[in-house]
Amino acid sequence: MNAPEADIQQSLGDPRLQLAIYTATRRLIDHRAGVVSDEVLPYYQDLRNEANAIKKHTIENLDYYLEQLESNVIAHGGHVVFCRTGQEAADFVLDLAKKRGVHMLVKSKSMTSEEIHFNERLEKHHLEAVETDLGEYILQLAHQRPYHIVAPALHLTRYDVADVFTKELGAENEVVIEKQTKFARGVLRQKFLQADIGVSGANFLIADSGAIVVVENEGNARLSTSAPRIHIAIAGIEKVIPRAQDLAVFLNLLGRSATGQPLTVYTSFLSGPRRPTEIDGPDEFYLLLLDNGRTKLLQDPEKRQSLYCIRCGACLNHCPVYRKIGGHNYPWVYSGPIGAIITPQFHGVNEDTWLPFASSLCGACAEVCPVKIEIPKLLIKLREEVVEVKRRQAAGDLERFAFQLFAWIATHPKIYLLLASLGSFFFPIVPRIGPLKQWASQRTVPEPANQSFHQWWASRSKGSS
Amino acid sequence: MSTRVSLFVTCIVDQVYPQVGIAITEVLERLGYQVDFPATQTCCGQPAFNSGYPDQARTIARHFLDVFRDSEYIIVPSGSCASMISHHFADIFEHHPALLAETHRLEPRVWEFSRFLLEVAGVEDVGARFDGIVTYHDSCHALRELRIKAGPRKLLAKVQGLTLAEMDVAEECCGFGGTFSVKFPEVSGAMARTKIDSIQKTGASTIVSIDSSCLMQLQGVIDRAGLPLRTLHLAEVLASK
Repeated sequence: MNAPEADIQQSLGDPRLQLAIYTATRRLIDHRAGVVSDEVLPYYQDLRNEANAIKKHTIENLDYYLEQLESNVIAHGGHVVFCRTGQEAADFVLDLAKKRGVHMLVKSKSMTSEEIHFNERLEKHHLEAVETDLGEYILQLAHQRPYHIVAPALHLTRYDVADVFTKELGAENEVVIEKQTKFARGVLRQKFLQADIGVSGANFLIADSGAIVVVENEGNARLSTSAPRIHIAIAGIEKVIPRAQDLAVFLNLLGRSATGQPLTVYTSFLSGPRRPTEIDGPDEFYLLLLDNGRTKLLQDPEKRQSLYCIRCGACLNHCPVYRKIGGHNYPWVYSGPIGAIITPQFHGVNEDTWLPFASSLCGACAEVCPVKIEIPKLLIKLREEVVEVKRRQAAGDLERFAFQLFAWIATHPKIYLLLASLGSFFFPIVPRIGPLKQWASQRTVPEPANQSFHQWWASRSKGSS
Repeated sequence: MSTRVSLFVTCIVDQVYPQVGIAITEVLERLGYQVDFPATQTCCGQPAFNSGYPDQARTIARHFLDVFRDSEYIIVPSGSCASMISHHFADIFEHHPALLAETHRLEPRVWEFSRFLLEVAGVEDVGARFDGIVTYHDSCHALRELRIKAGPRKLLAKVQGLTLAEMDVAEECCGFGGTFSVKFPEVSGAMARTKIDSIQKTGASTIVSIDSSCLMQLQGVIDRAGLPLRTLHLAEVLASK
């Protein structure tokens, strides 16, 4: 697939949208900067190194930690279900709902569930899934997918939200955010009380204790996982970490990187169903561990670091391309730099071949990544793979020829100098890689110099000898 | 005897901005260096490397290694090209032990121009005079790969008549990104315009950077919009009298 150029143009040309993205990401950038500075967190870089090392170790020993996690979840009275695909995950939930006579479930925010189109799969079988995170709820009503990993409705203003509530729920057109929130809470509170299943994601799965950790700010995840009779957590297999004490590293990084909070408002540690002596908690607990392509990524020793991601969204906030084109122009639910590196790995580099190239390689993403994924390096690797795929398909011949010619000229100084003396090394070659008109569509073309530096140096040397 | 330094001007300075190479030569000679210009030099290979053509990049990088094998100091008027040589040659020669060893011998001899002035020549004040308000654009690879941030500002601070006005998004990308600028021209242009909006708020009339490619991008958008702004390489400011 080529880049969705018309949609990108539309996003660029929408001043209201541009302002919404710019303002929201600016705020997230500033908040993060305030809580990772040397004065506030002098050991921030140490934490990043530690997080990277823990993730590397875990991903390289994933089989061991998944088995440990499984046995500990079972020991707490929970169930573990390994799901190869999103369909398998949805089928399990549909089957369970049927057995327990459940017609409605509540959900807290989960990108993993977005990834597998969980709600759509359930709704096809008349099982209603209600999003309870405010942003996700707004988007569910508006029939949109998340715009951002952490702030799903980042692109909507309060006026947009007012319109959605009016159109979809018949609410009064209310533009005061506090009143909108109160209204949504009233609707959702009823859903929590009616639902028999609560579905959550998981930020971390702790192997040595069999607990799952969910971080959030609204309290809806806590309600989703404790009010209904049954709690189902869906998580990618890469979410496992070895020990509870590793959270000292990850919790310190996640909230800071995501929203600029030292910790999120709620951090829930959930370890299975309610024990006989407890008064709260679900009767049944299921952990759905999703592969959905992740084991495919494990095979590449360099690119497997993509699985270190803790979904903080910092790379999106800092990405000048994301901040221009927005979340919906990316082909998958994961947008921004992390989306640009994982989408081709999950879907194949022959799909959406434009994606790894949609970056100026500025490196802002890698600089803020709390687990130090080398995003620009992986983008270049993926570009190489795209070029190779195109070569095999006998496509992209002109570009390949241009770079071969470029390399030939650049290693034949006499030819280079000849072309340079004609003022035509840079201009005839580069425009063929990407036509000159593409440059000129946005910018004035610089005049080639009358005299190259090579020529100046040669004439100067002649003059002085 | 004066120290000999070798100039690698980069293809863009050679072809489009020779005045930057001339300015560097002037500044270095003024400081007493003997400037050498290996005439068989061409390009560092970054366009090919960043576009997914490692074989072609490797070919060009080998040529570079040959040309600068005997140079003690290699002065580069670009953070991006300097970083290509000192950081990414090692990537492209990862599976070529002999060339990788040669690259590692080369790396400490590669000097981005402003860093050379501060860390080797040991000067902050090169005796320049430039009247006006300027703002400094942090180019991405200089900032994030070479960790160059304060250095150019120190040099600018010593220029007589010059006032440095910081923009609020100095660290944000100008949108050039090599072939990105022609593969995604609208996005690239929009990024530059954001940068220029920020620059206009500073009251500066000149944008200074250590990368001519960023300046080509910004100047292109400035000229298209007909704005009263100009771009100059740091070397041009430091060569001003």
